[in-house]
Amino acid sequence: MRSLIRSVSLPICGLLLSLAGGVTTGLAQGKYMTQKGVVSFFSSSILEDIEAHTEQAAGLIDLQTQQLAFSIPIKSFQFKRTLMQEHFNENYMDSDRFPKSSFRGKILDFDPATLASGQSQRVTVEGDLTIHGVTKHLTVTGALQQQSGQLMVNAYFSVAPADYGIEIPLLVRENIAKIVGIKVVMSCEAVSQLTAK
Amino acid sequence: MHPTFPLYRGRLASLLVLLLTAWAGPAWAQDDLLGQLETQATPTAATEVVAATFKSTRLINGHTVETPGQGTMVFLISHRFGTLNSGAYNFFGLDQASIRLGLEYALTDKLEIGIGRSSLEKTLDGFVKYRALRQSTGRRAMPVSVTLFASSALNTLRDDRSWYTTSHRMNYSYQALIARKFNPSLSVQLMPTLIHRNLVEDRTQSNDVYAVGIGGRHKLTKRTSLNAEYYYLVPRTAPTGVRNALALGFDIETGGHIFQLHVTNSQGMIEKFFVANTRGNFFKGDLYFGFNVNRNFTIRPKEGFRK
Repeated sequence: MRSLIRSVSLPICGLLLSLAGGVTTGLAQGKYMTQKGVVSFFSSSILEDIEAHTEQAAGLIDLQTQQLAFSIPIKSFQFKRTLMQEHFNENYMDSDRFPKSSFRGKILDFDPATLASGQSQRVTVEGDLTIHGVTKHLTVTGALQQQSGQLMVNAYFSVAPADYGIEIPLLVRENIAKIVGIKVVMSCEAVSQLTAK
Repeated sequence: MHPTFPLYRGRLASLLVLLLTAWAGPAWAQDDLLGQLETQATPTAATEVVAATFKSTRLINGHTVETPGQGTMVFLISHRFGTLNSGAYNFFGLDQASIRLGLEYALTDKLEIGIGRSSLEKTLDGFVKYRALRQSTGRRAMPVSVTLFASSALNTLRDDRSWYTTSHRMNYSYQALIARKFNPSLSVQLMPTLIHRNLVEDRTQSNDVYAVGIGGRHKLTKRTSLNAEYYYLVPRTAPTGVRNALALGFDIETGGHIFQLHVTNSQGMIEKFFVANTRGNFFKGDLYFGFNVNRNFTIRPKEGFRK
């Protein structure tokens, strides 16, 4: 009986160990995720500065394949003025029809060595950005850094509302910038391969 | 899956589905990171409030379920000209005008207070509005929004009658505003209403006037809408000679302004006037052309934007 237990428990231990090994390599090379990413945007014009932010952006980065994806619930953007927030959802973004904006892309120049050393790394990401139901291909630069087990993601880029079919009526054309700056700040937790599936 | 199918076919189907998902799952997860993210990140149908049932705090004459966001002040200028059928001599009503100036402030996202002064009977009014329920979708879905409204109005006309005290000058209005936004363009509201008049003309008149209002808006474009509002007086308590109030309007929204243009058979712009004292016959041309101008000011920015 004892020999039977031993003969069964040894392979189980081995399996557990190999699984644990799989998880640790997963931490260095695997997937990172957050559901509390911060995304803000800025519109600056002669008449008015408009700013909004959300802390509900979701992000997933797979360092193995160098692919990444973001998803942002549009209604979660907070504005200084409630009326502005209402207009943003009702009149500009059609948030009922297009509740989310998303980005999916690939890191072009990822260097695992720099990341492992704990230094910040500038990366170029190419992918598709979907806003207001319109998808555009674009290239964005950002920064990656590994800090105490988390993957810090930073990016700043600009979009033109007109490119995404967002109409701005004549009356407020001077209040809203032609080019809106978007800032992404995310600290992603490592996801083990096991839970990612 | 299909209850009409023989048992073994149902089992086969579910086995197939199981196999397919087990096989396709990991492959799909690796191929489509965004798809994987969306399935993982979507919180299980979080409750989401239905916003912007109406654009303004007013439908036409009466209130909507809407209150401005916390820290927002609304300056409301309401204006009614004379009746259209008053003839060329009165320039079809444009010679006369009745006005109400109002200020409203949202203490919280649910509670709003306001004051106003109408030129009609030199009336001062004050109101409180509370959002009791908000229409929402998701986990805690709610089919309608309900806002409770109470106001008092004081007639400040000079009067020499010795017995005529402040108490005689007071009128009170109570409403339960019940609204549903059926789709982005159509919203409908019901307004059970009670007007209490401290002083009435004689014993045959009821102090309490009951009415049921119905109204709605239909958006024509993103920034314009057609509005309608009707108050039906419960016959038993209806004051003699008073008609049901009907109003048709058109809203135009710009950045921080809402312009509301309308025709109505009521001259007053507060509940005691348009519910309990509408004298005009809509279909005989006793139409008052008028407008409301709403201007919003952010007195206290939202949290996270305060300096």
